[in-house]
Amino acid sequence: MARKITIEPVTRVEGHGKVTIHLDDNNNVAQSRLHIVEFRGFERFVQGRPYWEAPVLVQRLCGICPVSHHLAAAKAMDVIVGAGTGDGLTPTGEKMRRLMHYGQTFQSHTLHFFHLCSPDLLFGVDADPAIRNVIGVALEHKDLAVQAVMMRKFGQEIIRATAGKKIHGTGAIPGGINKSLSDEERDEFLKGADPLNIDKMISWAQAAVDLFKDFHSKNKDMIDNFAVFPSNHLSLVRKDGALDLYHGVLRAVDSEGKKILNDVDYQDYYNHIGEEVKNWSYMKFPYLKSIGKKDGWYTVGPLARLNTCDFIPTPLAQKEFEQYKAYTNGKPNNMSMHMHWARLIENLHAAEMIKELLNDKDIQGKNLVTKGKKVNEGVGLLEAPRGTLFHHYKINEQDQIVMANLIVSTTNNNEPMNRAVTHVAKSVFTGKPEITEGMMNSVEVAIRAYDPCLSCATHALGEMPLEVSMFDARGDIIDVKRK
Amino acid sequence: MSKITFEIDGKECTGKAGQTIVEAARDNGIYIPVLCWYEGMKPAGICRICTVRVGGRFMAACTTPVAEGMIVENEIPELEDMRKAIVEMLFVEGNHMCPTCEKSGNCELQALGYRYGLMAPRFPYLFPKRKMDATYTKIMIDTNRCVQCRRCVRGIVTKDGKHIFSMTNRSGHSTIVADPQLESKMSDELAKKAMDQCPVGAILKKEVGFAVPIGKRKYDVTPIGSEIQK
Ligand code: SF4
Ligand code: NI
Repeated sequence: MARKITIEPVTRVEGHGKVTIHLDDNNNVAQSRLHIVEFRGFERFVQGRPYWEAPVLVQRLCGICPVSHHLAAAKAMDVIVGAGTGDGLTPTGEKMRRLMHYGQTFQSHTLHFFHLCSPDLLFGVDADPAIRNVIGVALEHKDLAVQAVMMRKFGQEIIRATAGKKIHGTGAIPGGINKSLSDEERDEFLKGADPLNIDKMISWAQAAVDLFKDFHSKNKDMIDNFAVFPSNHLSLVRKDGALDLYHGVLRAVDSEGKKILNDVDYQDYYNHIGEEVKNWSYMKFPYLKSIGKKDGWYTVGPLARLNTCDFIPTPLAQKEFEQYKAYTNGKPNNMSMHMHWARLIENLHAAEMIKELLNDKDIQGKNLVTKGKKVNEGVGLLEAPRGTLFHHYKINEQDQIVMANLIVSTTNNNEPMNRAVTHVAKSVFTGKPEITEGMMNSVEVAIRAYDPCLSCATHALGEMPLEVSMFDARGDIIDVKRK
Repeated sequence: MSKITFEIDGKECTGKAGQTIVEAARDNGIYIPVLCWYEGMKPAGICRICTVRVGGRFMAACTTPVAEGMIVENEIPELEDMRKAIVEMLFVEGNHMCPTCEKSGNCELQALGYRYGLMAPRFPYLFPKRKMDATYTKIMIDTNRCVQCRRCVRGIVTKDGKHIFSMTNRSGHSTIVADPQLESKMSDELAKKAMDQCPVGAILKKEVGFAVPIGKRKYDVTPIGSEIQK
């Protein structure tokens, strides 16, 4: 009889995750699985609601990455109201959205680095978990902890200025945005008292990349050999191949760098991407149709994005990108721990983008919304901090949503996360059917590299238990429904 | 016009003959909460949130005329708690989900909830089964949010005086409906007026949600009533 060992919960990952390690008859690790149990039944909840409510409604999916959902839904609604995709909006509409997105990317990547990744870097993966955590960082590396808090605050203030609130704002509306940036708001971000100004943010983001590179040079063995396995990589890229987190065409490359999805329009993503259901998981497994279910799985997120794009359109991040690419001789990077490196380069890029947008006159324009001929279906894609996020809606004649399909980043990374977990479980397995401290650690570190948002991995399957939670404006819970 | 002298919570007030207590109080810088009452609309005395005590008796301030020498009790704990209870009842009787409602920040029910410091209602939620009525051309009626104040019934009329909205069914099942013919001919201005006059997010003008940014909405900065209170 095959044996099964269960490890739970995975700490420092939002929501609930459950890992099972499956041993074969000879007491070797055969497979290990990450079970994601969180579910919010959103796709059903949204049925019947007016389409313009979607960008606000969907934020309730997730307390961790609401802005990503807000913007992806708004992009889908742009299509529905005939404003086209991405560049169809007014310059003010598009750039305010971009500012919101880069602001959230900055705060999210910062959070991930300092809370989830830096403890491992500063104390080592094998350190006592009692100090290998964010509190440990705060106690031993005060300066870093202060930076983390300030960088997050800066990102959140950008979100507030663009969306109206730090969480669950209303800024993005179908066809555009409901506000532009005032002089005071812009100047505060550009020239605010130290450290809360964009130049300081850029220098701190640069310092974080340097911190990682320093750690890497001293720990090559671990960083370069931990959970390395060939994968396909998928993301949006700008039409000219640049890294673009807000809008672009879909591109995928295989583990050798060959393009397997060649810059396609994402409005018909479903012709390119399928979703497989497996009996042991509530979360679906997306795959590239051209390759098939077995080998068509792919990775999304920072690692994937730096594998698909040709360059980064801001100077400091581009410089880092060149070094990063040189490390793998320009080939795709398949080392899970390099996800942290990629994330920090993106964070630097986000800070540079914020500065560029703040200095752009369009951000203060008055022309906020465009609309054209309404259609009954729209798809919105976005590179969320954790990877490609798909929102797809259909509406009826009466403007009600009749269909919603979402593929969240964490779902896109379902297979690679399972592979990573299996990989490390195998590598640290001692031959004895027991869960060692080392196994616990490694499994955690592997999952954390992907920064899964377990809180919004929501794909609805009919027979799932349904729970919907409601919060008031101050974040207090006001309602929970189960079905 | 003859002047009337009366008193609210010990404050000397003056009013005009024919004015209701609510109207006269506003002229004197005193806020009496209202929900079904709307400036310029015939008062109906439905919601009872304006209840005051006159000579020991409870009365709807929106329908009771002021009289010479009247002693009105308004902001006293007993009444304030009863008003809060009414707000709580309205919350539990419908399906009100402020975080996703486009009326948030402009909603009078929500604003009253904040004014009365409503946390968890003392009554159990009823979770009634209600529907979103999207069959119209210019508007949607989300009956989940309707507090049955009948402002729309009283206040929204066509140029030739026809009422567009009406109430169907009885008691707990009563619902607001619009005449489909008249509704489809509503001007944009009238549809907007219907949405603005509805105290909650039950009447939605199509395709304009969330146009006003957070911070610029009616009750974002100051609580409901502060525009009247001196
Ligand atoms: S729809 Fe609005 S205005 Fe009409 S009765 Fe209901 S709450 Fe009042
Ligand atoms: Ni999330």
